Amino acid sequence: MATFLGIDYPTLWFLVVGAVFSGYAILDGFDLGAGAMHLFFKKDQSRRIALNAVGPVWDGNEVWLVIGGGTLFAGFPVLYASLLSAMYIPFMLFLLFIILRAISIEFRSKEEMKWWRRMWDTSYSFSSIMLGFLLGVVLGNVLQGMPLNENYEFTGNWLSFLNPFAILTGLTTLALMTMHGGIYLYIKTEGKLFDKVERLVKVAIGIFVVLFLAVSAYALTTYPNLSDKFLSQPILFLVPLLAVLSIANVPRLVTKQRFRRAFLFSALTFSFLLITVAIELYPTLIFATNETKNSIDVYNAAASEKSLGIMLIMVAIGAPLAVTYTAFVYRAFWGKVKMDETSY
Amino acid sequence: MDVEILSRIQFAFTISFHYIYPPLSIGLGLLLVFFEGMYLKTKNKMYEQLTRFWIKIFALTFGIGVATGIVMEFEFGTNWATYSRYVGDIFGSALAAEGLFAFALESGFLGILLFGWNRVSPKVHFISTIGVFLGSMFSAVWIVVANSWQQTPTGYHVVGEGMNARAEIVDFWAMVFNPSSVDRVLHVWVGAFLAGAFLVLSVHAYYLLKNRHIELSKKGFKIALAVATFFSLFQLFLGHRSAEIVAEHQPAKLAAMEGHFDTLAPGDLYLFGWVDKEEKKVTGVGIPGGLSFMTHFDFEAPIKGLDAFPEDEQPSAVNAVFQFYHLMVAIGMALIGLTLFASFQWWRGKLFERKWLLSVFVFAVILPQLANQFGWFAAEMGRQPWVVYGLLRTSDALSATVTANQVLFSLIMFTIIYVLLFGLFIYLLNKKIKHGPDDLQLKESRPMQKEITDVLTKN
Repeated sequence: MATFLGIDYPTLWFLVVGAVFSGYAILDGFDLGAGAMHLFFKKDQSRRIALNAVGPVWDGNEVWLVIGGGTLFAGFPVLYASLLSAMYIPFMLFLLFIILRAISIEFRSKEEMKWWRRMWDTSYSFSSIMLGFLLGVVLGNVLQGMPLNENYEFTGNWLSFLNPFAILTGLTTLALMTMHGGIYLYIKTEGKLFDKVERLVKVAIGIFVVLFLAVSAYALTTYPNLSDKFLSQPILFLVPLLAVLSIANVPRLVTKQRFRRAFLFSALTFSFLLITVAIELYPTLIFATNETKNSIDVYNAAASEKSLGIMLIMVAIGAPLAVTYTAFVYRAFWGKVKMDETSY
Repeated sequence: MDVEILSRIQFAFTISFHYIYPPLSIGLGLLLVFFEGMYLKTKNKMYEQLTRFWIKIFALTFGIGVATGIVMEFEFGTNWATYSRYVGDIFGSALAAEGLFAFALESGFLGILLFGWNRVSPKVHFISTIGVFLGSMFSAVWIVVANSWQQTPTGYHVVGEGMNARAEIVDFWAMVFNPSSVDRVLHVWVGAFLAGAFLVLSVHAYYLLKNRHIELSKKGFKIALAVATFFSLFQLFLGHRSAEIVAEHQPAKLAAMEGHFDTLAPGDLYLFGWVDKEEKKVTGVGIPGGLSFMTHFDFEAPIKGLDAFPEDEQPSAVNAVFQFYHLMVAIGMALIGLTLFASFQWWRGKLFERKWLLSVFVFAVILPQLANQFGWFAAEMGRQPWVVYGLLRTSDALSATVTANQVLFSLIMFTIIYVLLFGLFIYLLNKKIKHGPDDLQLKESRPMQKEITDVLTKN
């Protein structure tokens, strides 16, 4: 099997997909999170500022989802096919809320009427909340595994995606994104609105830590496929621990007014948590709960070696380019929100 | 209804709706490059006004294109799991290339294009405009390459059997440059340029009729007319090339496009007609032997007809393929006639005096849109019953685990949300057109920025 730096291609591609989804979670995470706390801002002007804080970047952030979907499809077609068809309803709802959210952002400030703005504010916030939650639900289902037949097709009930563990991961993800979105708003706001954001973030951090501990305890006690590696090599607990330490660092940095660094640590929390997930899963991608040999792993799900090789070259060329444009755009818009005629 | 037909309806509906927007973005992107290029070259403020006005419309089409595009990407996995496994090696790598090279470029520069006018230098802004335009062109390349591979597969071999069969790449460049991809990419690009150019023509014709923004509209209209005339003519050539490739590689589709059944007979070329699949004949007006002449330069040459294919390898909706194909060609011809006539009036210096002609242009915006849709209908329905020509049947490509009720649910959901989305599009488009290009002098004297900043700090 072909390798690069001693790592085989499917594993490399697993890292690529992981990196893209981390990028997506960190980037769309903050604008979804900002949307989730939107209704807590009461004044119209505050809401406009919060919306315009994510205005120039939200659809660029969603591009990471498109790229993520593409890398998943390309690298692990079997996983892509099985997961999306198994999670049909959550993915369809996800698409619904992505579009509803885009509509809400566009419509909201176009008319002055109070009811108009309230309606679109509500649908914007509700769809942001649902998107964060649904992403977490899908993650929860991937973590706990599902029944699969020998063609790696899902054989369970269509409603089984809504189970206690998945709901718990959904809420945890939502809380994490809300915290992250709030920290992004720190950088972008001033005055009373800033004070409000500060209070909300503290609450979100508290809720997240509690939910995270609950989800971890649930996984370790209930799902042996998730706990075996951690229990046999306790040193691995360092990774989730780093995630918790990163969160703990955030309020300290906020008090010292070092908002960018706070945002960096919030982003690191995402990375550490997703690395935790990756360690738990690898090399399995979806554990077959009915018959272990039907499990989808990076090898039986991967595209051909030739295709993976070609695509790794594409990533080596494309990824640095993508990072460059993204950095360029953020530099052009860095700082507190100032309204002009192009604002929402 | 069963899962197959529901999934096909859903896919057709969501892709058709999606395909209203990317061609507009690509076409408007080209016009924006011209407008902004003229502004940089002449420093004439009117071109700045024109550019900034069309950026606002571009933003709208682009945004809806992204939102509806995400749906397409997910639908392969949700509804067509077997297909996704089968073509993952090929379609997946094209999608990954689109994401990495095209989409990242497009969306990266989009922020500057939309919000950066006051923040970056004119040159950097112009580079961003070009970046977004090129990104949207590259997007089309990868998607059309993937689709062309489904029409004329090359550079692969099939591994495994039954449910686990899949096509794997053996030669990446043979896959990318499969026999139909280059011509189809060009055909799609030019269709997109026409969609964008006719939107510009329509809006400026409307302003000219209403006596608003006269000077600016004349400038915009002329540039768009030049683009539209050139590309309408070029499309005739490209369309012919595409048909030749169909003739060579997808004979069943060609036969359906002209309603040709008898393999021993020369093929006729119809202007319009109606196909009776039971009776195996076409009622209509056409050139006898015309199809033979177009493909072999010989009116007598026999053309492979639908009879040469087993019943289960023929497109089932022959008449629909025939009609969509002929409507596309007819619209293409109408566009050539319209743009040539308008260009002739321009040359005579009478273009803006012909009010009726401007009125025609107001409504002509629908024509390239229809031609783009109909062309795809003919291409995709003509490929049936295959999803990958000769390799994988559409009926085998479904998700085994998804039930009809689930698809019905999502189909209803998409119908509702897309009606809402289309309403939004029309509402915003209308609002932006009614509002018109901003008067730059007026804008600059308004202390808007400072006022709002004050509100922010006191908040």
